[in-house]
Amino acid sequence: MSRFFKSSIGRKVAMALSAFFLMFFLLQHFAINILSVFSADTFNEVSHFMGTNPLIQFVLQPVLIFGVVFHFVMGFILELKNRSARNIAYVKNNGSANSSWMSRNMIWSGVAILAFIILHFIDFWFPEINTKFIEGDWSGMHGGELRYFHELQEKFVSPIRVGAYVLAFVFLALHLLHGFTSAFQSMGATAGRKKTLQNIGKAYSILIPLGFIIIALYHHFNHIH
Amino acid sequence: MDLTLKIWRQKNASDKGKMVDYKVTNISEHMSFLEMMDVLNEQLVNSGDEPVAFDHDCREGICGMCSMYINGEAHGPDRGVTTCQLHMRMFKDGDTITIEPFRAAAFPVIKDLVVDRSAFDRIQQAGGYISVNTSGNTQDANSIPISKHAADEAMDAATCIGCGACVASCKNSSAMLFVGAKVSQYALLPQGQVEATDRVQNMVAQMDLEGFGNCTNTGACEIECPKGISLENIARMNRELMKASF
Amino acid sequence: MALDSKVPKGPIKDKWTDYKNHIDLVNPANKRHIDIIVVGTGLAGGSAAATLAELGYNVKAFCYQDSPRRAHSIAAQGGINAAKNYQGDGDSTYRLFYDTVKGGDYRSREANVHRLAEVSTNIIDQCVAQGVPFARDYGGLLDNRSFGGVLVSRTFYAKGQTGQQLLLGAYSAMNRQIARGKIQMYNRHEMLDVVKVDGKARGIIARDLITGKIERHSAHAVVIASGGYGNVYFLSTNAMGSNATAAWKIHKKGAYFANPCYTQIHPTCIPRSGDYQSKLTLMSESLRNDGRIWVPKNMEDVMAIREGRKKPTDLSEEERDYYLERRYPAFGNLVPRDVASRAAKERCDAGYGVNATGEAVYLDFKSAINRYGKEQAKIHNISNPSEEKTYELGQAIVEEKYGNLFQMYEKIVDQNPYKTPMMIYPAVHYTMGGVWVDYNLMTTVDGLYCIGEANFSEHGANRLGASALMQGLADGYFVLPYTIGDYLSHDIRTGKISTDTKEFEEAEKEVTDRINFFIDNKGTKSVDHFHKKLGDIMWNKVGMSRNEKGLKEAISEIKALREEFWKEVSVPGTANEMNPELEKAGRVSDFLELGELFAKDALERNESCGGHFREESVELDGEQKGEAKRKDKEYAYVSAWEYKGEPSDAILHKEQLEFKDIELKQRSYK
Repeated sequence: MSRFFKSSIGRKVAMALSAFFLMFFLLQHFAINILSVFSADTFNEVSHFMGTNPLIQFVLQPVLIFGVVFHFVMGFILELKNRSARNIAYVKNNGSANSSWMSRNMIWSGVAILAFIILHFIDFWFPEINTKFIEGDWSGMHGGELRYFHELQEKFVSPIRVGAYVLAFVFLALHLLHGFTSAFQSMGATAGRKKTLQNIGKAYSILIPLGFIIIALYHHFNHIH
Repeated sequence: MDLTLKIWRQKNASDKGKMVDYKVTNISEHMSFLEMMDVLNEQLVNSGDEPVAFDHDCREGICGMCSMYINGEAHGPDRGVTTCQLHMRMFKDGDTITIEPFRAAAFPVIKDLVVDRSAFDRIQQAGGYISVNTSGNTQDANSIPISKHAADEAMDAATCIGCGACVASCKNSSAMLFVGAKVSQYALLPQGQVEATDRVQNMVAQMDLEGFGNCTNTGACEIECPKGISLENIARMNRELMKASF
Repeated sequence: MALDSKVPKGPIKDKWTDYKNHIDLVNPANKRHIDIIVVGTGLAGGSAAATLAELGYNVKAFCYQDSPRRAHSIAAQGGINAAKNYQGDGDSTYRLFYDTVKGGDYRSREANVHRLAEVSTNIIDQCVAQGVPFARDYGGLLDNRSFGGVLVSRTFYAKGQTGQQLLLGAYSAMNRQIARGKIQMYNRHEMLDVVKVDGKARGIIARDLITGKIERHSAHAVVIASGGYGNVYFLSTNAMGSNATAAWKIHKKGAYFANPCYTQIHPTCIPRSGDYQSKLTLMSESLRNDGRIWVPKNMEDVMAIREGRKKPTDLSEEERDYYLERRYPAFGNLVPRDVASRAAKERCDAGYGVNATGEAVYLDFKSAINRYGKEQAKIHNISNPSEEKTYELGQAIVEEKYGNLFQMYEKIVDQNPYKTPMMIYPAVHYTMGGVWVDYNLMTTVDGLYCIGEANFSEHGANRLGASALMQGLADGYFVLPYTIGDYLSHDIRTGKISTDTKEFEEAEKEVTDRINFFIDNKGTKSVDHFHKKLGDIMWNKVGMSRNEKGLKEAISEIKALREEFWKEVSVPGTANEMNPELEKAGRVSDFLELGELFAKDALERNESCGGHFREESVELDGEQKGEAKRKDKEYAYVSAWEYKGEPSDAILHKEQLEFKDIELKQRSYK
């Protein structure tokens, strides 16, 4: 088994497995966020549960962080190895003739997503950690009510941040448009199922990021009015 | 038609190499690309220059020897053909054509457009066979019925000519389409089952050792493959390796 | 030296079995101390190298390609014959033997052909065990197709890439032995001479084609499996690198060269399109199973088609001349290759050729597509299908059978063969002649073997379709491994052969001198210039139809061309690097000698047999009027030529052919 994960195929299987995990997480994250559009109270309750449940905080959160870090680090390692597999570049290379832009630029869409995640951590995660683990405040309360919805709204006031947010999700969509089916292919998905997979992949890759964008724009314009 | 050719010239493996411009005139659209190269070489020989070295042999698209990267694509802009089957009707009068060797760290340039693809041989030596002796004392050929579907699929995988276009086209110089096709041929046949575990593990290990990149499923290899080897073969190899490892 | 074919005594069906029972064997421990060199890694060389290594010998294998898998056997399309009788249509070892002898126009050695037919079934078993994906029917059993010149379906195939799949099978067997260290593989190496010590072949001189280094390699026996010499015509279906150098060098060192004039001109190739043409592309003979060959009946239609005023599809059935069906009603479009080729030439010479050069006939699939379409409609319960629907259903079947060939045709010619008939014309394809060998496949030099297309083989004066693959693998897998053991059993005490001897030194010097000559010559004409000229002479005067006057002219023209070659040939670059022009120069210099011997042999054989057609020898009347006339009383022998310097000095030795089991008859396909 260790031989497997040291092999090229093993590594891409590992990439695919971490991708599946992250895609599942993304779906879950979206499901919670979309609640904010419909009901501030429900969103607050669910957020509070997620933010304070020990299983989520002490087991799933580290796993998630590991998953994110692993996916990035492995992505970079593979990119470096792949680059070294061609020591002299072509003078003329017509990549668009045989492959999509998304598939050839996973590293760049990935870097854009990484930049966004850093921003996201600064915006949400670091303050959360600060509140809960340094200040020791696990109440989730602020000014007499659950603070999550309010915090969310505040973040979407600045048009620049919203712009960056939207752009990041465009990159995420591009990353997913290749990554979704690619992960299945790496896991050995068969041709018979491919068409269905491709359609599900397309739907997921466009709808989820689009949903996040709509949430952001919704709060941005709602808050202003 | 008249053409400008930009060709990679490199005296030997240790030479640095550079692109050099040439002109050819009166090229017929019915010529194959290699016949156009013959015209250039005849021209070079007659003027006392060294002709461009390039690999070619059968000139009917089956030996897998020819290997040029033409205008940014392995075997040029046409689909489902090797360079020797690429015809000049794909180009227009006045075109500039860039011709480079297949590029991969595992395919070092020997001279001009000639590269060393012996890495492919070594991968096959690592397990691309069925260990049956050649005495002819095997069981009757019809004693193992094989479904037509499996036989056809195995044949589709076995069609690979080992030209290396997959490696050349892949942005990662990955050899997985080639190895996947070989693994698949045997994985699809009952004769190949006995050694399936070792075969896929050893072939993948050798592939990694040769310095090929990893597969990121761009699909470029499948599009550029002159024999239309399907990406499905890579998926099958992934399955085979997982099956063998767990 | 008198020729001794060493055919064992006894009834023909027992010869091979008895032979195997009585030969000397080499003990496994001793095999480890015996080296064998195999030159060429096609079906014959590859299978021989793998099997010899498996038996325990140390094998050194050489090929000029960058991998053994690229040898030109890979280009064989149609299939491989075997007397399995899976179809239950009356096939048997005897019938395969009979068909091959008859197909070869009674100019092959009976005992060899029978042995070939005997081991043919083992080949299929062997290949299936190796994972060769032969075509199968829906019941999961092996499928067969039929080929020209026979009345049974005995051809096994893997789409239109049978040669490729068989070669990959042999290559995989080699890989297994390379991995075990039993085969040392020398890719991109060319054998440039054989080394004889005390009259026995003991090694070769080879050039590393990457570095230009000249190397000495020693062995206890040398096997030449370097293929045929079709490229003497410049244009042929052979690979660009296919050459006669190994075979010709051993000829110059004492191996007799047999029947050089027996050349197969394959009837179904894509016609040439211009002077720049570098090679010709074969369309598998299997196409003749379903394609009908025709030219227009009327000269007006020929002209109209050539000038583009009419399309072939415009002509009605009555306006077409299905000349093979007309002349040979029994075999029709499935007559043997030589007959089909000459018939095409006859029509084109009479002015009925359908393309601009006047050298093309049609191969039409319309009837087959309609026939299959109707059959499919029945199977799918479609009553009264429209014409389009029938065509569509039929096209799917034809596509499944020949899809890759149709695609290849379209890529080259830029016409869709499903819509308009293919144009075809004969082209040089295979050489039945080659190095003379005895029953053991040994040449007239001790310890020097020759197998596959390189030897003069079991195909007589004409090879039947799908028999070359059979012979190559039979020689390599199942015949040579026995016969060579018998010879090597006397060599177990010899020990390692040194390359530090005067014989190796002399051979190396000869090779080096020749290379230096080319580099230093600084002539004015490229190698290809001479090769094309030689090809023109060969095609025009020693081609599909030969006569005394033309052959005499050819001999003197080739001689003159050779002299000019040595004065004027220009080879750029140096000897110590990869130098394709230098490689070609060496090969063409050998073709220039072989071509002359070829014409000389054709002149000497004043009869028409198989691929060799002498205009002086035709039937003058009766049902067979105009057909080739064989002269068994005068020419039932193998012509084996001994090298004596110039080809004109070569001495003819005759191996009389005896036909005890098959009656000599006129070969009729009427």
